[in-house]
Amino acid sequence: MTAESLTDPSRTVSVPLLRQQVLVLYLLNSALDSCVVGWSRYDGTGRTVPTTGDSEEPPYQTGLDALKDGWRLIQASQLIPPYPGHEYDVSFLKHEFFFERIVHVDQEMTGF
Amino acid sequence: MDNRQILLSSVQMARFVAHGSLRLDAVVPQDMNTEALAVLAQGVPSPRHGTPLSKAYAPGSFTARLLEVPQVAGALRSLVGPEPLVDHHAVHVREPRDKDAQALHADAIIDVRPDAFDVQLMYYPQTVTLEMGGTLSVPGSHLRRINESDTGRYQNLRGQNRLVCPAGTVVFVHHGIWHSARRNDSDTTRYMFKIRFNPTVRQQRLWDTSDLHDPRVIAELDTMFPWYEQAAGRLERYNRTLLWRALTGDPDFDLDYWVTRVTNRPQEATA
Repeated sequence: MTAESLTDPSRTVSVPLLRQQVLVLYLLNSALDSCVVGWSRYDGTGRTVPTTGDSEEPPYQTGLDALKDGWRLIQASQLIPPYPGHEYDVSFLKHEFFFERIVHVDQEMTGF
Repeated sequence: MDNRQILLSSVQMARFVAHGSLRLDAVVPQDMNTEALAVLAQGVPSPRHGTPLSKAYAPGSFTARLLEVPQVAGALRSLVGPEPLVDHHAVHVREPRDKDAQALHADAIIDVRPDAFDVQLMYYPQTVTLEMGGTLSVPGSHLRRINESDTGRYQNLRGQNRLVCPAGTVVFVHHGIWHSARRNDSDTTRYMFKIRFNPTVRQQRLWDTSDLHDPRVIAELDTMFPWYEQAAGRLERYNRTLLWRALTGDPDFDLDYWVTRVTNRPQEATA
């Protein structure tokens, strides 16, 4: 490709339209291959609108199953010792794993 | 109106302590449910925060009669005692085909009282189908220390309760329960009437305790929910034990030795 062709205003360049989908899985313990106890989804394509209480069964049985289906792990919650004096408190879910998938907006989607 | 109060049993109280909620199906008569739809559509005048129950609603008003239904009056008495304060009330309306569900939240602000709790009455005058987006609640979430909608990231949890119920159902929930009004995907407007109550007496043995030693009490208190993490689930039972001790006044009660084991600090020197 020449410099002239890149600056030619009559030339049409096909750019893939990519969007991010995010899957959050909450697991039984800190191991990625432990069972899913909670899940959330966010769809950057806008084609689906996941929301609170919209499903009864998780999309995967374990975090590892999501990897096998092509999701990329982008964040895992740290293991933080309890604050002194609060060892028996319960609060947020501890074992949170964020996954992403980049999709073409014209691509058929499965598993979402 | 029948002025009886049907108190909760110990098994029902234990279920409330474990689940953070208690459901009374179709306890409100159908004629009142029909009346409620008109009353709620018009709105219900609010008493001031902290009004004693006997002064909050005019005698004979719809709300006063709702709270006199024997199962409702008895559950309220069992949970928060006589003459609680009306914290506030609200008529919740979910329009047909609305776009969003509420974020998962607990009401008010973080509230970690170990030996007292408020309850919220949720009254459903209509039959609620899954499509109508009945209240989502998370059983056993009420002892988690979170502040309001900081839990909004959680969309679905295993074992969550997506309410489907017959008309006239009343659900009492602990103030800490995680819940959300789900998206109404139906063509029917959905109504729910909520009233929050504050206790004015110590919440100890306010229910019918004649079955306190029924084995089902332990079974209810020991309930595990599918969304609990393995380790935190044990802490849930630890915290339930402390709440049951407060409610019964029994300082030695325990579930599977969870509390006794970690508080054992002998002071006796060897002979």
